[in-house]
Amino acid sequence: MPEQSMPEQSVAQAKTAGRRRSWRRSRVMRRLMRNPAALAAMATLVILTLIAIFANVLAPHDPNHVDLQNRLLAPGAGHLLGTDELGRDVLSRVLVATRVDLLASLQAVGLALVVGVPLGLLAGYAGGVGDAILSRIIDALMTLPPLMLAVVVVAILGPGLRNAMIAIAVLIVPSFYRVARGSTQSVAGELYIESARASGCSSWRILWRHILPGIAPPLLVQISFSASVVIVAEASLSFLGLGARAPQATWGLMLQEATASITTSSYLIYPPIVMVAITILAFSQLGDGLRDALGRQSNEGK
Amino acid sequence: MTNDIVSTSGHADEPVLTVRGLTKTYGRRPTWYRRHPHRLVAVNGIDLEVGPGETLGLVGESGAGKSTVGRLVLRLIEPDAGSIDLLGSDITTLRREELRRMRARATMVFQDPYTSLDPRMTILDSIAEPLLVQGGTGRSERYDKARSLVRRVGLNDAHVDRYPYEMSGGQLQRVAIARALITDPAFIVCDEPVAALDVSTQAQVINLLQDLQAERGISYLFISHDLRLVRLVADRVSVMRRGEVQETGPADRVFEAPEHAYTRELLAAIPGRTPRARRFAAPVGAAPAAPEPATGPALASAEEVVAPAQ
Repeated sequence: MPEQSMPEQSVAQAKTAGRRRSWRRSRVMRRLMRNPAALAAMATLVILTLIAIFANVLAPHDPNHVDLQNRLLAPGAGHLLGTDELGRDVLSRVLVATRVDLLASLQAVGLALVVGVPLGLLAGYAGGVGDAILSRIIDALMTLPPLMLAVVVVAILGPGLRNAMIAIAVLIVPSFYRVARGSTQSVAGELYIESARASGCSSWRILWRHILPGIAPPLLVQISFSASVVIVAEASLSFLGLGARAPQATWGLMLQEATASITTSSYLIYPPIVMVAITILAFSQLGDGLRDALGRQSNEGK
Repeated sequence: MTNDIVSTSGHADEPVLTVRGLTKTYGRRPTWYRRHPHRLVAVNGIDLEVGPGETLGLVGESGAGKSTVGRLVLRLIEPDAGSIDLLGSDITTLRREELRRMRARATMVFQDPYTSLDPRMTILDSIAEPLLVQGGTGRSERYDKARSLVRRVGLNDAHVDRYPYEMSGGQLQRVAIARALITDPAFIVCDEPVAALDVSTQAQVINLLQDLQAERGISYLFISHDLRLVRLVADRVSVMRRGEVQETGPADRVFEAPEHAYTRELLAAIPGRTPRARRFAAPVGAAPAAPEPATGPALASAEEVVAPAQ
């Protein structure tokens, strides 16, 4: 009797998955754990996060302490990564910059998420004229050269890290909108959405309880990739003087300050470059890993 | 067109569902730049009536518009013309909130139980959801009722915390039935409720539906391409072809003395006489009974467009 025969495997899975945990999440975690690159990326991000949290404790010196007598010291004892042209400890600054950069990218991604996802959900679910108009506006936004758009936003709002993040959020809103809209359209065509309607669910409940959880996987991938884009964008804007301003320590700003003395003290450019490279590599590897782990799974039930 | 509605259902009780002149057309309307767009009349001016506690079987080949009718009478899709009187209200004019209330009293069981339940909700949450969205019930009250329905449909408490992927098709269809029942509806559209199940489970699910009808006096609109099954469960039968009802009458009469030529064709197309023979033959819907050459292409396009809705 097919009714009674439960596949052994899924019984075992049910037990490991726990009572309330989504099957998808548990299976995705297991798939991620089997992917060495994704595992390394997650470990790196955990370490970066710990650095960001404990930056003040880890920093051997005050990152903003100017000591003109010890300027442009080469790496060595006392100052492991040397000092910059104002005599500030580079190691301390790069650690503190980790916090600033991660928080800033969190802001930018969060803002883009909060704006792009609800719009994409509504456009994808409702369709019609509203969707057509909104989608054309988003398309128009995407055709603008990204750097120019950022310059315009900063010109309007004024320089500073926060405004640079708003500019970057504007830049990445379209990608969240498109991912949310496309995934919503495909989930909305599922039979269980029609079943929810037939059971008297309101549109809000359908969007919130049935569609949003369904589009979470592609959004997670997008968040991871966007985070790496934001890190690079922050570095670029700060390098151009449109982002963080002295004496704040960010990787982009450190890079910009380092270029002034690049002929005499080239060692100054490496710490921020390495940090940016490690971070974007970790985010994009995690994104790749997530995309693979969340890929269309074979329907075990069928 | 034969119409036995009046003679069989009687006037003692108000019908649960009365449909008059129901029409649904798919495709774009003609515009100045597209004078002859591809249009398909999925449902063309049909009349139906379902009495209290009665099962109306709706049969026909694939693409006949059966599933479209099932969705139209619950207004899951908007009709183009016609009136639908469901449980005393004209469902075509209900406002959004009134329609949502109506969904507690008239609901649907879908063909494919693997995809008709949210894969990210537990069985218990899925069953309790229709009650939750109607409001006015407490959490424990909802779950108690859901648990008692779980037992009523033949599952047990061990199933309630599972996710759909952990269960078989027959179990899932029981869950879908429990979900439909939790708001104590008077009318349920069963759209090919056992077509996705294997033969041994079909009978169990059909028996369950019949027992529940006897217990609760629910009316069914039972949509199926399986004529034997419809004969078994339906009190009356409507035969559809290409969006139109060809013949309506008591199940025994329609099957034993079909008045319409198409009904006879459909009956003749039932392969084999024994269950064993039937298992190796193509289903009726897959090979439409010898359409006249002139209607062939229209039938093909009808299948193309309507099939995804089923």
